[in-house]
Amino acid sequence: MTQLPSSTQKKLGLVIDLDTCVGCHACVISCKGWNTENYGAPLSDQDPYGANPTGTFLNRVHSYEVQPPNLKDGSKAAAQLIHFPKSCLHCEDAPCVTVCPTGASYKRQEDGIVLVNESDCIGCGLCAWACPYGARELDADEGVMKKCTLCVDRIYNENLPEEDRQPACVRTCPAEARHFGDFADPESNVSILTAERGGMDLMPEQGTKPVNKYLPPRPKDEAPEFDVLAPYLEPIAQDAKGFVGWLDKTLSAMPRGAK
Amino acid sequence: MHPAPSVIIFTTFSGLGFGLLFWLGLGAIKPMGWGAFLWFFIAYAMAVGGLIASTFHLGHPERAIKAFSQWQTSWLSREGIAAVFTLVVMGIYALGALFGVHMGFTGFIGAIGCLATVFTTSMIYAQLKTVPRWRHWSTPAMFLLLSIGGGALFAGQVTVAIVLLLIAAVMQYFAWMSGDGRLSHSGTNLKTATGLGTIGEVRAFEPPHTGTNYLLKEFVHVVGRKHSAKLRQITLGLAFLAPILLLLLPFNHFFALLAVLCHVAGVLTLRWLFFAEAEHVVGLYYGKR
Ligand code: SF4
Ligand code: SF4
Ligand code: SF4
Repeated sequence: MTQLPSSTQKKLGLVIDLDTCVGCHACVISCKGWNTENYGAPLSDQDPYGANPTGTFLNRVHSYEVQPPNLKDGSKAAAQLIHFPKSCLHCEDAPCVTVCPTGASYKRQEDGIVLVNESDCIGCGLCAWACPYGARELDADEGVMKKCTLCVDRIYNENLPEEDRQPACVRTCPAEARHFGDFADPESNVSILTAERGGMDLMPEQGTKPVNKYLPPRPKDEAPEFDVLAPYLEPIAQDAKGFVGWLDKTLSAMPRGAK
Repeated sequence: MHPAPSVIIFTTFSGLGFGLLFWLGLGAIKPMGWGAFLWFFIAYAMAVGGLIASTFHLGHPERAIKAFSQWQTSWLSREGIAAVFTLVVMGIYALGALFGVHMGFTGFIGAIGCLATVFTTSMIYAQLKTVPRWRHWSTPAMFLLLSIGGGALFAGQVTVAIVLLLIAAVMQYFAWMSGDGRLSHSGTNLKTATGLGTIGEVRAFEPPHTGTNYLLKEFVHVVGRKHSAKLRQITLGLAFLAPILLLLLPFNHFFALLAVLCHVAGVLTLRWLFFAEAEHVVGLYYGKR
């Protein structure tokens, strides 16, 4: 069914914290690991050990350099490196769903998760054309569309211990940069994080109304110059006497010695 | 976008095929008996051949029947239904012609079906917000003009063909010129894509993978772009100017054939450019265009 539900009971999704992501790609690996052996067709690789390896991933981490404008005193602000994990944003107005000719793509009324029914998918690729975020990849071996499932086979899975009933990427992130929850509940962890940290939409002008929110990096330039180690790095003895003094003078006098 | 041969062949030939069927349906020429067989054979070969070519890019063509189900939201589904409806109606009309019966009303319905099919094809592209160059009324206008213009050329409707091809040439020029700025005017850029524009200038520092992937292969085609100015001239010359000049010469079967061949080559080039020049916004995440 490619008609979008007018509203969903829950709005499950992720908050991704661009301030704390360290760019380790652990979520990329755990996502691939879980999803290649669970729900749906495996995530194939082509020429994995050869010269041109490619493969299907549901989550990838970009890195961007951001150059803030010059500071008030005219001096150049430091550039920032921001790691940027990207998986399906489970959009409320998902264009990938409405374009699908077969009904393979759908958005669940109960929790808002956008899924592909792989046995209906003809692999036309139109849904990937319609997604502005590059969140869908056609698997080269299976010829069906793959995308983030929000780990639907983990979050409701009673065979898993309680703490594992969350997406693989969230569970594995060592920096806790990914959070999973229900955006329809204003008291949920993700709603509170979004409100407190100014969670934002990617490409809001595309009108997709993404459920996933990104937390912007905290401002860096306003932090005062502060270095906890500085006091300990002061030279202890400025004018050494005796043997140490002699050693200091001799070493300094040697060619290329520190003065 | 990746200019895949299957979609270029599909859009070119099914457009021409349905264009020829349009004129046959309207009764611009009324061939009977074996003549009808020949005309309808050419039209069906192009229309159906194009549709078959389009299934070559499917991962699971054996499930194609499912693609007729989602007409309520999907232009691709609507296109499939429009194409099958039109081919069936025109098939009945052709059968009549084969036995010497002209069924004017059936032909008229078929002709409308041809326009609907070409229009729904164009909307598959024009609906995509992710490709600002395509999301414009000039996309369906161009598909329709090329279809009935090329169809008129095939059907030997000299005056109509000259007029339609002239309009199409001007229209295509406008589509290129206005399309060139549409991505930058769309408001989508690396700043909105990452949401980091509020901090400062954003630059793609490192892609997520060292090799290529489906997204780059399918959506980020930049290679042929540098020849686009030259290819645009070739397109205008082959698809429009040469056929118009050849039609203006005193009629001659050889010139007519040459006009048709030039036009087909020109439209193939035009469609190559249609895909190769189209910028998908996902390229922004990779710092491309
Ligand atoms: S991120 Fe892309 S694939 Fe996911 S719901 Fe939105 S448009 Fe669809
Ligand atoms: S690739 Fe599959 S899921 Fe995507 S639009 Fe085509 S049929 Fe639907
Ligand atoms: S929620 Fe699951 S499928 Fe989606 S990116 Fe995370 S690990 Fe991958």
